[in-house]
Amino acid sequence: MKKAAALAACAALCFASVMSVSAAETVKIGVYEPASGDNGAGGKQEVLGMQFANSVCPTVEIGGTEYDVELVIVDNESSNEKGPTAASQLVSEGVSVVLGSYGSGVSIAASDIFAQAGVPAIGVTCTNPQVTEGNTHYFRICFLDPFQGTVLANFAAENFEAKKAYVLTKLGDDYSTGLGFYFQQAFEGLGGEVVADTFPEGNADFTSYVTTATNEGADVIFAPVSTEAAQLIIDTATSQGVTVPLLAGDTWDSNVILNAAKGKDAQIYVTTFYQEGGDPEFDSSIKEWINSDSTNLANNGGDDTVAAVTAMGYDAYFTALEALKAAGSTDPAAVNEALWGVTYSGVTGEISFDEVNGDANRDVAYVKVANTETGAWEFVAEQGVN
Amino acid sequence: MDFLSKNLSYLLAGVSVGGQYALIAIGYTMVYGILRLINFAHGDIFTVAALILVYSTTILPLYIAIPLVLVATVALGYIVERVAYKPLRSAPRMSIMISAIGVSYLLQNLALYITGGLAQTYPAIPIISESIKIGPATTKVVTVVTPVLTIILVIVLMWLINHTKVGMAMRAVANDFETSRLMGIKVDNVISVTFVIGSFLAAVGSLLYFTNYASVVPTSGAMPGLKAFVAAVFGGIGSIPGAVIGAFIIGICENIIKGLGWTTFSDAFTFALLIVVLIVKPTGLFGEKATDKV
Repeated sequence: MKKAAALAACAALCFASVMSVSAAETVKIGVYEPASGDNGAGGKQEVLGMQFANSVCPTVEIGGTEYDVELVIVDNESSNEKGPTAASQLVSEGVSVVLGSYGSGVSIAASDIFAQAGVPAIGVTCTNPQVTEGNTHYFRICFLDPFQGTVLANFAAENFEAKKAYVLTKLGDDYSTGLGFYFQQAFEGLGGEVVADTFPEGNADFTSYVTTATNEGADVIFAPVSTEAAQLIIDTATSQGVTVPLLAGDTWDSNVILNAAKGKDAQIYVTTFYQEGGDPEFDSSIKEWINSDSTNLANNGGDDTVAAVTAMGYDAYFTALEALKAAGSTDPAAVNEALWGVTYSGVTGEISFDEVNGDANRDVAYVKVANTETGAWEFVAEQGVN
Repeated sequence: MDFLSKNLSYLLAGVSVGGQYALIAIGYTMVYGILRLINFAHGDIFTVAALILVYSTTILPLYIAIPLVLVATVALGYIVERVAYKPLRSAPRMSIMISAIGVSYLLQNLALYITGGLAQTYPAIPIISESIKIGPATTKVVTVVTPVLTIILVIVLMWLINHTKVGMAMRAVANDFETSRLMGIKVDNVISVTFVIGSFLAAVGSLLYFTNYASVVPTSGAMPGLKAFVAAVFGGIGSIPGAVIGAFIIGICENIIKGLGWTTFSDAFTFALLIVVLIVKPTGLFGEKATDKV
């Protein structure tokens, strides 16, 4: 109810501002997200949430003046080498605050650029601890991998009575190796056994990996990888007749996975930030917005499934607006200072930051399962850490 | 029996991926044999073939789309040769190589533009994308079809080269460019035929490869292309049987290494092999002895 009220209040505010005078001043919010490469699909969905939020609330009042909010969107190409270039582009555009990125590796890669320029960044769905560790300019609104890995390990041990897990991660991908490591730690802590494997960039042949998992007699396969690799893993696993559950983190919460699994005999479980139906009002309005434009529809993967990252992108935008309001200025340094105290009730839950690293205080993750007949996610449980 | 049941899948995967590398490697090796050019765009032609099928199946049924892919890929290979390589025929070899790299990036970026950078799901082709059980291992039919089809295509190709007029012309051009021109062979046509054959095999390879690994991104062709190139060098660049055998060896070794648990090093192995071969036997397994042309 509170969320709905907040939404209504904001809409009213926007309406009022449109009524009075159209704002002449502009505040720029940088969007540092992948639109191509391994994480292109997820990045686009996250940007959709921000664009939708921008269409809902295109202005903000900062220090008594009405500002138009302009999203400056750059493509970090899911690449740790190209990310910093995209980040510098945002800095030279003079943005007050940056949102992003989907993918921890690119966020870590760009962190120094933002730090040098004194621009604060709000990580949307980058879950690796290193993003915010030891700095004061990178914040984040999502949960962290040590938490997520433990949640998944608990889930595997409790629901499938798994004794042995096969963990497959991508070499050189901070998110993938990090989450794999935390899962392994937690799972072994619960008395389980882990067989870990890695695959290199550009690998498309997962046959041997799936065979190894089968040969080792794994009870679950845990593959925290990009959706691109995930498609191939699901395809390979089902064509080899693998029946053990596939577990993954937040990246797999995407309709790319649903489409890959549709009509196949696969059990796919993911942990995520938001379950469609969590806020029906938000769901229906964003669906309408996505369906109203063919580009949006294409960016969302061709249908109107609301991805958790989209909801997170939406919340990130409003968190940034709160920070701008609290700062009372478009100066990045003031926004950075104000961010520590920002709280916001978003569609994905309450958002506030801890004092140490600027990480979100979140203690629950949603577990979803892919329904391979209807091609939709189904809610399984809210899982915390015991 | 236990050993077999555990390892059959690795072997099958190796043979299958080897066959797919072989089909690409032939394109590299034939073009090199005739033009002494490493056609860097070959891996991207392989990707484009996959994208053509992805997009054509949205409006056409498969039985029209597949022949269309073969025709369109062949046409693309032909056009690339005419536009980017032919005008540079008398230029230094380095220029034509740089032109090839340019074509490679052009195709990759065009694919990036068209797909928007998102992975496209490759359509399932009936029969070959179904699962079958071979002894203790379950796999896709395409895994079994690939090596057989590869060998049939290679036999046909060898017959074409050794027993037809155009094949004789190709061998002549490969041997001596200038002399064959003096003998009245239309060198440009022979080169076009080479590109047509290479592109056709790349299109077939792409059908088989992406049926197995059903996701296409603009850089999908880069890794298989590179490995096929290694296979061609390994087998002795310019030699077709060499390329095929090299490709099978690389495919199988790669998967055995993954099976042994050294997954991290499977790619490193491929390229280490290339270095070792070049040091020990610079002409490759079946490579012709380099004769200095004066």
